[in-house]
Amino acid sequence: MAQNRSGLGSGWVAAAFALILILLTFSTIYIFVGRVWWFPEPANSFAEAIDKQFGRTLFITGVVFFFAQLGLAYVIWRYRDRGQRAHYSHGNNVLEVLWTSATIILFLGLGIAAERAWASLHFQGASLGALPVEITGKQFQWYFRYPGQDGQFGRTAPELIDAAVGNPLGVDYDDPAAQDDIVSQLMAVPRNQEIEVILRSQDVTHSFFVRELRFKQDAVPGMTIRLHFRGEKLGAYDIVCAELCGQSHYDMNTKLVVMPPDEFNRIVSSQDEYYKWEDEFNTDVEDRP
Amino acid sequence: MATEAHPVVHEAPKGFLWKYIFSVDHKVIGIQYYLLALVAVFVGIFLSLLMRLHLVWPSAELPFFGKMTPEQYLALMTMHGTIMVFFVLTTAPQSGFGNYFLPIQIGAPDMAFPRLNMLSFWFTFLAFVVLVAAFFVTGGAPISGWTAYVPLSAVGEIAGSGLGLGQSLWIISIAIFAGASLMGALNFITTTLDLRTKGMSLFRMPLTVWAWFITAILALLAFAVLLAAGILLLLDRHAGTSFFIPGGLVITGKLLPHQGGSPLLWQHLFWFFGHPEVYISILPGMGVTSHILATFARKPVFGYRAMVYAICAIALLGLSVWGHHMFTSGMSPYSAFAFSLLTMSIGVPSAIKTFNWLGTLWGGQIRFTVAMLFALGFVSLFVTGGLSGLFLAQPAVDLPLHDTYFVVGHFHLIMGVAAIFGIFAATYYWFPKMFGRFLSEPLGKAHFWLTFIGVYAIFMPMHFIGLSGHPRRYSETTAVPFLGELDPVHYFMTMAAFMTAAAQLIFVFNFFWSLWRGKKAVELNPWEATTLEWTVPSPPPHDNFLGRYPVIYRGPYEYSVPGAEKDFVPQHLPGDGRGPGASASQ
Repeated sequence: MAQNRSGLGSGWVAAAFALILILLTFSTIYIFVGRVWWFPEPANSFAEAIDKQFGRTLFITGVVFFFAQLGLAYVIWRYRDRGQRAHYSHGNNVLEVLWTSATIILFLGLGIAAERAWASLHFQGASLGALPVEITGKQFQWYFRYPGQDGQFGRTAPELIDAAVGNPLGVDYDDPAAQDDIVSQLMAVPRNQEIEVILRSQDVTHSFFVRELRFKQDAVPGMTIRLHFRGEKLGAYDIVCAELCGQSHYDMNTKLVVMPPDEFNRIVSSQDEYYKWEDEFNTDVEDRP
Repeated sequence: MATEAHPVVHEAPKGFLWKYIFSVDHKVIGIQYYLLALVAVFVGIFLSLLMRLHLVWPSAELPFFGKMTPEQYLALMTMHGTIMVFFVLTTAPQSGFGNYFLPIQIGAPDMAFPRLNMLSFWFTFLAFVVLVAAFFVTGGAPISGWTAYVPLSAVGEIAGSGLGLGQSLWIISIAIFAGASLMGALNFITTTLDLRTKGMSLFRMPLTVWAWFITAILALLAFAVLLAAGILLLLDRHAGTSFFIPGGLVITGKLLPHQGGSPLLWQHLFWFFGHPEVYISILPGMGVTSHILATFARKPVFGYRAMVYAICAIALLGLSVWGHHMFTSGMSPYSAFAFSLLTMSIGVPSAIKTFNWLGTLWGGQIRFTVAMLFALGFVSLFVTGGLSGLFLAQPAVDLPLHDTYFVVGHFHLIMGVAAIFGIFAATYYWFPKMFGRFLSEPLGKAHFWLTFIGVYAIFMPMHFIGLSGHPRRYSETTAVPFLGELDPVHYFMTMAAFMTAAAQLIFVFNFFWSLWRGKKAVELNPWEATTLEWTVPSPPPHDNFLGRYPVIYRGPYEYSVPGAEKDFVPQHLPGDGRGPGASASQ
């Protein structure tokens, strides 16, 4: 039996394997605990709640990862073939019941703990007085529509869509409610005001993603999806597309600007004010090094 | 009469064509599947290397492409995913090794339906040809990803290049593949239920057989749905129906005539297949890992029955967790809660398997063959890839991670690399039985170390850039400001990918060199193992057992039995393994 006995239990193989597992374990834990790469700073309390649940999950999975990988390293080193006779055992039912119950409690507990943040986003609608913003995805642009001073969105129809004449959303400008609607490619929201997102797509499935809000929702053609968020920190955040939508998927992005309420009220007071702000913002961005 | 109990015995074929090409011998078919997967995996790796190059040097001149366009990148990505998932991860572990070893391990002369078996291989081969043809048609290969989300995949080339003929070929290929998988699944299930030799009760079957059997049941249920979904999608594209396309779509300025379809319907149907597919890829690897850990730790599998129940639980739960791919899809948020808890539950049988693997090693006498190294690597990768799943299983935590590189890292480790480690473990373990020669162990060790380090170096960093919010399926990182700072990580992963791919050349060399020049496997049972494949010649004759069907006396993993003369007692040996003839198992 020379084939399978000579040098197969050799110490260096066991040592090298164990060492790789130890390095893997500690470098992974270092990168997660030291936050070498991490989420961007949360921009509202919803994002903080999600980070907290991420932290709980990280702790539990981290402990399991640590013991499983190092346990594997240990048995590889400890039980390498040194001529000893293996211990004959078919298992242990007490152990099976123990680790099965432990994982059930741990994993299901974690799953249940995660539901509060989800429920706050999904099970409750936007509160009364939330500011509605219609967000539409199309290859490869985001459009934002504000109802204007009357608080009413004008009617839209797919037949009217014509980006070439400046009507990318197909707004029916014969509808009085449409007269003051603001359509933009840049999203502005007032700080600390709840926003009701009305999400649509014109062509294929897109996904509206803002990292700092931990907010992601697909825009699905044929569906109108309503969600809500609040921007609690001033700043300009990247909006990107997170669902493959065609060749320029990588380039479908714009900005969400969380601004003081006064400034927001000023720019949504009329279409001209909004477009003026949009121009200023874009020039500003281009001027930056 | 043995011939009555084994009605599938057929004459040994004559002539090259019937022996090696249109063979009905499960062993030849198993090798055909394996070689198809081997070709496919190198195509898949090559595509991924081109993608990795493009990600770090977007304006570089690449072989075959020149400067790559975004749609070319997406075409590579779609084809990489499709080839790897279907033609590697489904083909090698289940159809390849399953075909070869399932009948032998249960003491049967062949599969229950040998001709159907041949047909399923040639359908699979045809599916591969049709898929690869998509590269060469006008517009090129599709750009809609291996998930082919509608409407992108349904509306034709107005939505982007490759979505015309290329996309149609893709759907046809997948439909043919699904048909082939259904035939294969029927064969596996019938064979396992009907052709077990005397004494081979269900709970004496090796865990590999359990894994192939349960995987076949999953494949039967999942591929049927994929086949139906594929046909509906073809009808939407070519017959004017609207199963998946809603009304009022305006694509590049054109209003489409469809109405009444639902994009979410495609996602439900696709993932009803797509999630079980993950287990179709990984369950055979789990079976192989259990089998090899027991062999080289010289110990019975710890908790054999618990392992069987865990496989069944994973399959059952695996059929009811598909919604976790759809937390951000617009699906009802209440069903997200149910899918989440079901998904967290599937962590339980997965954890049971891991604990039992550690239990099998505990107190063992571990021999570090290359097969054993890959099986141990499988355990490590399965733990790592499995744990990141616990993040994605919670809808709230999934929100920032969904469709980012975190997901790409997760499924590559668990579904891709772990399953590939299962394939490699099986290859190093069974090669001497299949080809009568050993693979070189020193070359195999070099292959293992480089691959084990390499795959972690490629896929761990993906989790980290996923935390930073890096969306997946981006052909370039130049357009979004925050992606620029992650470029060094991409550079590192590209380097790691090239190193890992280079290590696979060692394997290819080893494979073909050993076929002709490897050390001869003179003994029937070189690993001193207990199951039936080690009682037949290497390679086994046409009907495996030369008409003398073995009788089974015990469970599959009787290693280091106290009082036994040797540290293994084969399944087919009468008595208690203590008598003088006890180890006369060749």
